[in-house]
Amino acid sequence: MAKITLKDLRHSYLANPQTPADYALKRLDLEWRDGGAYALLGPSGCGKTTLLNIISGLLVPSHGQVLFGERDVTRLPTEARDIAQVFQFPVVYDTMSVYDNLAFPLRNRGVPEDQVDKRVRIIAEMIDLTGMLERRASGLTADGKQKISLGRGLVRENVNVIMFDEPLTVIDPHLKWLLRSKLKELHQKLGTTMIYVTHDQTEALTFADQVVVMKDGEVVQSGTPVELFEKPHHTFVGHFIGSPGMNIIPCQVSGGQVRVGENTIEVGNAGKLGTREGMFELGVRPEFTTFAKTGLPVSVAKVTDTGRNKIVDTRHGKLSIKLLVGNGAEIPSENAHLAFDAAHAQVYDNGWLAE
Amino acid sequence: MNKTVNQKAWFLVLPVVILVAFNALIPLMTVVNYSVQETFGDNTFFWSGVRWFEQILQSDRFWASLGRQLFFTFTILLIEVPLGVAIALTMPKKGPWVSVCLVLMALPLLIPYNVVGAMWNIFALPDIGLLGKLLNSIGFDYNYTRQTGDAWFTLILMDVWHWTSLVVLLAYAGLVSIPDAYFQAAKIDGASSWKIFRFIQLPKMKRVLTIAILLRFMDSFNIYTEPVVLTGGGPGNSTTLLSIDLVKIALGQFDLGPAAAMSLVYFLIILLTSWIFYTLMMRNEEQ
Amino acid sequence: MRISKWLVPTLYILFLMLPIYWLVSMSFKTTNEILGGFSLFPQNFTTENYAKIFTDPTWYWGYFNSLAYVSLNTLISVAAALPAAYAFSRYRFLGDKHLFFWLLTNRMAPAAVFALPFLQLYSSIGLFDTYLAVALAHTLFNVPLAVWILEGFMSGVPKELDETAYVDGHSFPSFFLKIFLPTIAAGIGVAIFFCFMFSWVELLLAKTLTSVEAKPIAAVMTRTSSTSGYELGLLAAAGSLTIIPGAIVIWFVRNYIAKGFALGRV
Repeated sequence: MAKITLKDLRHSYLANPQTPADYALKRLDLEWRDGGAYALLGPSGCGKTTLLNIISGLLVPSHGQVLFGERDVTRLPTEARDIAQVFQFPVVYDTMSVYDNLAFPLRNRGVPEDQVDKRVRIIAEMIDLTGMLERRASGLTADGKQKISLGRGLVRENVNVIMFDEPLTVIDPHLKWLLRSKLKELHQKLGTTMIYVTHDQTEALTFADQVVVMKDGEVVQSGTPVELFEKPHHTFVGHFIGSPGMNIIPCQVSGGQVRVGENTIEVGNAGKLGTREGMFELGVRPEFTTFAKTGLPVSVAKVTDTGRNKIVDTRHGKLSIKLLVGNGAEIPSENAHLAFDAAHAQVYDNGWLAE
Repeated sequence: MNKTVNQKAWFLVLPVVILVAFNALIPLMTVVNYSVQETFGDNTFFWSGVRWFEQILQSDRFWASLGRQLFFTFTILLIEVPLGVAIALTMPKKGPWVSVCLVLMALPLLIPYNVVGAMWNIFALPDIGLLGKLLNSIGFDYNYTRQTGDAWFTLILMDVWHWTSLVVLLAYAGLVSIPDAYFQAAKIDGASSWKIFRFIQLPKMKRVLTIAILLRFMDSFNIYTEPVVLTGGGPGNSTTLLSIDLVKIALGQFDLGPAAAMSLVYFLIILLTSWIFYTLMMRNEEQ
Repeated sequence: MRISKWLVPTLYILFLMLPIYWLVSMSFKTTNEILGGFSLFPQNFTTENYAKIFTDPTWYWGYFNSLAYVSLNTLISVAAALPAAYAFSRYRFLGDKHLFFWLLTNRMAPAAVFALPFLQLYSSIGLFDTYLAVALAHTLFNVPLAVWILEGFMSGVPKELDETAYVDGHSFPSFFLKIFLPTIAAGIGVAIFFCFMFSWVELLLAKTLTSVEAKPIAAVMTRTSSTSGYELGLLAAAGSLTIIPGAIVIWFVRNYIAKGFALGRV
């Protein structure tokens, strides 16, 4: 188990990359402490699988270094890195029993049979597969097979990091929650570093202590789920995380003041605006938007009932602004105005938080 | 896979059933017809029941042909299947050489049977053929037209040359369909090449290999043109395989009754063997 | 390790090419030279064999005829096999296992058994000496093969793919054509190639069911053994030319076979 450092990492699948667009992974510097639960979150094509494969050794980066602790493992083959990986769809050895599947990684490394047995049973207990050890692996359901994949990763004692590449993709929705909780539970029990790659924000936010949000091969923000929620560094993060995502409202900045149309809005990063003048973007989450007597005038377009609360879709001109109201709350039918919680409203410059 | 029960699926298989039944039933009836009747060539038929079957099964000639046929089929299976799989394993999976390999390997399969027989006929002749000349110049006393052992050697070599690529193509298509993740996982699990073959590649190729083995089994059992053009069944009748014998009896002696009976016995042997093999292979899929 | 991997396919291909080289070199020799003695390379290089084939209508029509019924057969066989293979791989229905195996039994008898009955059958429906007759007759052994190959590949695609497509709003035809078929592209490529190949090389039935109009090239070639002894040079030239259409077919389907579709590779 070790700290994982990514230093000046860049990767291009092409032989002679010229422009930034040729790089699947643009410049990355990340440090992950030992034993943490991390998520790599981002839409398809953002480079998260590339990054995962570089860490696990299935891919050698075209530039930069990967360090486990102090060791440079950049060029080290997968089997020498002591990592484990669970893939998007279940990978099991069909012809073997569940027991033999779990024992496989240990037997390949020459571990004596009695230790193998002990270890397999401990892990089987942890992932609730004890009753199925004698069964043929091919007979299990998808979530059972993913558990086997997970088990094969856990069964080796000196694993540095366990990586998950969208592991819940083929799992039935009602089982996803169970498996997710199991992963969290295992992390707390074992304390192994775990890196979870996904495009699903719920999975990322519930699993990880620290989430790395990626887009187009770049890290957009790295922080705890709360940080990402409350203070997105980039409009992309604001938009991607949260359901519904952050409202992005074009605003005008002049003389340190932020205005949307006729209304002046108080923002949290007013002090950082500096000498900015012109059109920028105001980002504020529906959770921090409320109806008020005065403020931005809007008309109510649609109300969606989620059961827990209601999402109100309002219009200011052509712009759509969403807010959340409680189940019993009153929704004005006309003369509606919106107010924003200043602490959670920020101005964004070209997508990035104005700082 | 969990298949759902759906009797309407019959509509999907109907075109196939019609095509094949149309072609199969009438000849089948004809053969059965001939096999239980006797004729003296003047278009009158007399019921003879199982007489032809008894005759065939008691005939030394039949058993000798069957024995030769079994020897041939099992030998070529033993060579072509492992060889085909081995070659498929070593073929490149990506890159420019893939197309070249595939096309070149497929060439022997595309040559009409009579041409295959004819070209090997010359190719293996001791004085004027490349192979014959080569073997004799190394020191072997090789003459397939006179010596039985050489005839068998040439026959088998010709078949291996002709048909191994079938196994290669099927095995290859099966191999490239295995998702990368399996190999990546095996690497992480520290598996050796042999274990990767045994636990990932071979099981995933089971279906295509079954097709390949059944195909080669049936086609080699029915092989006719190539050996006829190569050796004519000789020297003597040492390479007279079942089909060759059948045609001799049917067309040469015009004994339609025994020929038809022999066809049926022949057919039943292939049927039984294939069915046993198929059931064994597919048994595991049901779990 | 690297080198030995290259060695195996290379040696195998060399082994395959040797008799083919021999065939091609025979095609540029006169029959006398072939039978007269051993020569690795044609001593009297001649193109008269090819000239004969390209100028004699009986010869080049033979090629065209073969191509016609083989293409027709491949089309019919694969088209009929696709829905059937789908049914076998996704559904259970009355008699399905037996039906599946029965299909294969049609390849278990020697062609000689079918020759005479086919002649009677196809003549009686007025199809003697037509492309359709041979194309249909060949479906006897090609349809089962196509069904078996396609079913094998289809079974490798999990049903979840179908279900996801329906959830996404696809109708069955839309799903089948736009999603499913590309998934089993390797299987289709293999099926097309094998149907083409087995129909192309089959001689007995093709010869029996045709006489002039649809006479296949393989039958034309047997002429070379009847008139003036064995016209080996001509036969070799004709044989060499028969390789070409099939080589083209496999060239076109090579991408389907080589790339295949791998779940998770996307």
